[in-house]
Amino acid sequence: MINLPPAFIYIIGALLIPLVRIRRLQQALALLIPVLAMVTIMQMPQGTYWQMQFLDYDLILGRVDKLSKLFAYIFVIISFFSMIYAIHIKEIGQHVAAYLYVGSTLGVVFAGDLFSLFFFWEIMAASSVFLIWYNRTEASLKAGFRYALVHLFGGAILLGGIVMQVSTTGSTLFNPFDLSTLAAKFILFGFLINAAVPPLHAWLPDAYPEGTITGSVFMTAFTTKSAVYVLARSFAGTEILIWLGAIMALYGVFYAVIEKDIRRLLSYHIVSQVGYMVCAIGIGTEMALNGASAHAFCHILYKAVLFMGMGAVIQATGRRNILDLKGRYLYRKMPITLGLYMVGAFSISAVPLFNGFISKTIIVAAAGVSEMPLIEIMLHLASVGTFLSVGLKLPWGVWFGKPDGSEDEITDLKKTPLNMHLGMGLGALLCIITGIFPDILYKILPYKVDFHPYAPSHVVASLQLLVLTLAGFCLYTDKLMAGRKSISLDTDWFYRTFGRIILEFCLFPLNQFRDSVQSSFANWTTAMASLSKHPYALLEIVWYTLTGQKKTMAELLQRTYDEKDYRLPLGIGVCASLIFLFIYALVYMRVAS
Amino acid sequence: MNPTKLRLIMLGLILLLFLLGFAFPNPHPHFWWQKIPVFDIFFGFFGSILIIVLAKWIGHNWLLKDKDYYDHD
Repeated sequence: MINLPPAFIYIIGALLIPLVRIRRLQQALALLIPVLAMVTIMQMPQGTYWQMQFLDYDLILGRVDKLSKLFAYIFVIISFFSMIYAIHIKEIGQHVAAYLYVGSTLGVVFAGDLFSLFFFWEIMAASSVFLIWYNRTEASLKAGFRYALVHLFGGAILLGGIVMQVSTTGSTLFNPFDLSTLAAKFILFGFLINAAVPPLHAWLPDAYPEGTITGSVFMTAFTTKSAVYVLARSFAGTEILIWLGAIMALYGVFYAVIEKDIRRLLSYHIVSQVGYMVCAIGIGTEMALNGASAHAFCHILYKAVLFMGMGAVIQATGRRNILDLKGRYLYRKMPITLGLYMVGAFSISAVPLFNGFISKTIIVAAAGVSEMPLIEIMLHLASVGTFLSVGLKLPWGVWFGKPDGSEDEITDLKKTPLNMHLGMGLGALLCIITGIFPDILYKILPYKVDFHPYAPSHVVASLQLLVLTLAGFCLYTDKLMAGRKSISLDTDWFYRTFGRIILEFCLFPLNQFRDSVQSSFANWTTAMASLSKHPYALLEIVWYTLTGQKKTMAELLQRTYDEKDYRLPLGIGVCASLIFLFIYALVYMRVAS
Repeated sequence: MNPTKLRLIMLGLILLLFLLGFAFPNPHPHFWWQKIPVFDIFFGFFGSILIIVLAKWIGHNWLLKDKDYYDHD
């Protein structure tokens, strides 16, 4: 075991990667880092360690229990798969950004105090934004800035909450909060932004589709799920989360139905799936918290596979819209990608034998056990919508689709690198293994599990739901696929429109005001400069006014050089001094005599 | 495979699931609908249609805009 927090294994590793000049060694190092981190985490005993003093506060970099270990395991696993998927990328900065991002997420997971939590929280935002900017399009540049602004705003709110919490309680420990305090409300708000809870979610479907093909795969795993972790750690049983989560689950589903951009559609399903977890955290029972943790684990796996699949399609075709892909029979050209994608799609749809089935159903069942009928129905409906969009609409539109005669042929199809298939394949394999053998996952959940997903009635009910969703899809396929290229308005409308209003306010009225202030100051400065050359002009203007001569100040100040004018002040000064000296001499002599 | 054959397979599958629903009822129902053996058949069918129709309607009438919606000056 390396006696180093896993966060630093990634962060130091990320900084070492660019120093290695041989490409093969670089790749080997990039793949070795997750292995080292995994070995370290497996050997980390439960407890609190890696404490250090900073100013008057204790920083705790190793608060280790079953919950933090579970999240750490899956974060490391997915970073390994994602790095395999991305290993062909020659631009080393992308790997550095990705590993700083992974490392800081692990820092959040093992943080035992609020200051180190905040420190890693901010590195997460700062490093991940580069995974968007590296796409190097105008859209990604803008989306990246919006992403950064939202997260900086969230970070500021979180810091405000932390400062209030520390100043009122005197404790920096990261433990469950009392929501009745203002500090806890601020902290919750900061967490909810990262969890992409509507209406604070729009950064996610805005930014993730604009990231690089490989960078977006990393992004799907860490930001929202680390937020799920901190919520589970500190706000379990908070009632408002139940409703927010259930609304979130449906919100994402509805948007996914109208989306045509393939990665934006999947992004809305991150919102939806994280909704299940947030809801479970709100329910707060041991069963629900097990469900939230298990679903985070499974979701990270299948969502990465889905993003990898769609990334492979974009990489091969250069197209990202269903309307540009449907009816071109891409399944003939990319059958492996289709097969692996479908494993992810069946997993997210909770098809028996795939991992979503063994985790999502715990949450729905927990809502039932806790006697929450409306929540149960909402989550149930969201399951229908998930299969509809990710399991049916998206694969049908991308790989199949009915041609309408207007399709152009995809001619310049690029080959998918082997490592991309390998990354997807490993993710898909783990989706199936955990789906068939749920005990592998159940054993590492925070609480003891008493749940049997493969009870016959449960399997039959799930199949009924899925097959009839398929029937509904068959009836409405044309309606689902119809449409034109468009964008969907979401809550980012508020800050994008408000931002434009602010920009226009700055460009026009505020700029004009600045202009007028600047020019009047410039005039005053010029006048004062001229006046300092002719201080007597002030007296002269009084003189001319008294004698009735009309001369303006400007006229007096703009005189050309005349030596008499310059002698006059000196002459008067000397004259006044002599008079003063004469009077002084008279007085002195009078007094002396 | 022709569409008629597909439809027949689909109908057969639904019928099978219908019967299986009665064969394996939920042993621990929490709500009244969980006592209905074929509830999920109706819920899946009408739920999917509801989601499609509602989302499409809202999208068409409100949410979907031209690609350059945010870019116009």
